[in-house]
Amino acid sequence: MKTKRLADPYLVWMAIFTIVPLGIVVYFAFTDSATGAFTFKNIVNIGNYIPIFVKSIWLALVSSIICMVIGYPVAYYIAGRSHKAQRFLYMLIMLPMCISFLLRTMAWVALLDDTGIINGFVTAMGLKALPLIRTNGAVVLGMVYNYLPYMIMPLYTVIMKIDPRLVEAAQDLGCSNTQVFRRVVFPLSVPGIISGFTMVFVPAVSTFYISQKLGSSGTTLIGDVIESQFKTAYNPNLGAALSLVLMVLVFICIGIMNRFSDDEEVATV
Amino acid sequence: MSKELIRLVGCTMAFDDEIVLNDINLYINDKEFLTLLGPSGCGKTTTLRIIGGFLQPTSGDVLFDGERINDVPPYKRRVNTVFQRYALFPHLDVYENVAFGLRIAKLPEAEIDQRVTEMLEIVSLKGFENRKVSQLSGGQQQRVAIARALVNRPKVLLLDEPLGALDLRLRKDMQQELKRIQQALGITFIYVTHDQEEALAMSDTVVVMDRGRIQQIGRPEDIYNEPKNAFVADFIGESNILDGVMLEDYAVKFFGRRFKCVDSGFEKNEPVDVVIRPEDVDIVSPEDGQLCGTVTSVTFKGVHYDTIVDFHGFKWLIQTTEFHPAGSYIGIHLGPDDIHIMHRSEYSGLFGDYSSYSAEYDEINDPDLYPEDISEEVSEPSENEEEAAKDED
Repeated sequence: MKTKRLADPYLVWMAIFTIVPLGIVVYFAFTDSATGAFTFKNIVNIGNYIPIFVKSIWLALVSSIICMVIGYPVAYYIAGRSHKAQRFLYMLIMLPMCISFLLRTMAWVALLDDTGIINGFVTAMGLKALPLIRTNGAVVLGMVYNYLPYMIMPLYTVIMKIDPRLVEAAQDLGCSNTQVFRRVVFPLSVPGIISGFTMVFVPAVSTFYISQKLGSSGTTLIGDVIESQFKTAYNPNLGAALSLVLMVLVFICIGIMNRFSDDEEVATV
Repeated sequence: MSKELIRLVGCTMAFDDEIVLNDINLYINDKEFLTLLGPSGCGKTTTLRIIGGFLQPTSGDVLFDGERINDVPPYKRRVNTVFQRYALFPHLDVYENVAFGLRIAKLPEAEIDQRVTEMLEIVSLKGFENRKVSQLSGGQQQRVAIARALVNRPKVLLLDEPLGALDLRLRKDMQQELKRIQQALGITFIYVTHDQEEALAMSDTVVVMDRGRIQQIGRPEDIYNEPKNAFVADFIGESNILDGVMLEDYAVKFFGRRFKCVDSGFEKNEPVDVVIRPEDVDIVSPEDGQLCGTVTSVTFKGVHYDTIVDFHGFKWLIQTTEFHPAGSYIGIHLGPDDIHIMHRSEYSGLFGDYSSYSAEYDEINDPDLYPEDISEEVSEPSENEEEAAKDED
């Protein structure tokens, strides 16, 4: 009975800063910006933004996949080291997160800009400056760079927890090292892949700063649109509607991903 | 039990500077049930892992069918392991766990199905094919682990404390079951346990280990009846271990008096360890006793009473079906068969007294109390007394 009350502060926090704002978002999404009357107008208007939604989801998906391809070997490598080395490497992965997200993105601008550091070298060698910034590639690069640790962390945790005796058992039953990986280690790390994927995909799909700094007008993402509704277009009702739809889409994505992991729950034990 | 299958030659294993196996020499015959027995840290699991291929000995050779296999990785050895706590694959169901090795070997689906089904029947898990391993009880998981190993038809099955996690009742059943499977399939079993009862009940050969060394190898009966040193005598069953002097062949002196025994081949007046099993001691009236002492405590154990008797400071454990209350003064009788003589070893003096059973724990540490000052109350045993029946256990 006593321990029950320990969660109370959090419940209050949740109520004030999550449930109530969510209610406000829903209220705004279904009211007219001028009159305040109930309307579906905002939701209907979202139709105009479908290409941007698609683009946002697409870029976030590509980033998540790249994060996984890069992050998995890293996590696997770290999990196989000694405890001391693990702590050090894990700290290295976490280190960039100690620097402001905005600063890190600005650093990439400085690197990729038409007159930036990389193109400075390129032009110094007498070549034409490369179109690095304001491309989809730059946006994806920014996402991967910023969200990679969120992929590595859950993967590392799951892979580290795989019982080494399962690996021995697989070897004992005739598996070569690649077979051990394919038949035991990888299937058991699926929960880590799912949660890493979710942790990269969700912030990536709603980001706005990265696309503004590293992208162009052609790479406007749904996060940028939402931001502009509040800050420049002064249509918070449409912004709220967009947020609501994005949230629903994210939930659907998470739901789909978790379907894959339903059977793998035991692996994290 | 026919020809030799596995041989370890001078195997030494060191982790960093710590020597965990010291010059192990051992051969294992085909179709034999061999048990590596010892306390935790004695090197038994290390030995098993060397045979399984998970460790390479620091020095020494591992031979399989006469061929050196030190460098052969586990997946190329015709050996399968039942791991401690089973190590079943949590992402696979019972059927796929058992089929795992066969799928790696790329056998045709029909054969896999036939062999898995047959094996699940052998371990009495028919109908559990699609269960998740997390839904099984300890005993069932254990049988999946055995099936998963045996379905590959290995020449040798290595079992690392496979029954350790089960409760007593289930453990007894599984002991029978394992022995039955071993005999039915004619496979060599190498079994690791710290449970001496289990080792005696199941094995053809027992290898007693301690501190990285083999202490004794033999049939269960020999290990029990003829322990080589104080460690083995203490670890296998209960033992009273006394300081004695071998006067000549078939005669030993302890507690200041001479006893007939069946051992020979010792030096004249060689100091020895004398082992007396608690169930071999006959309690008689003080007048007829070769030694007399006072009962200090009695514990009822079901089949017998654990009776602790104080012989002038040295406490013996005597197991008897008769009840002698604490405080009573009794005599004991020992026949030549009841006395077993061992050479002194590094273990001498470490085992075999039962002082901790009583409140007067420190008494045993007083060396002045025995044996010289107690010799007056005992006399030479007569021939017919030695014929007295032993073993009321």
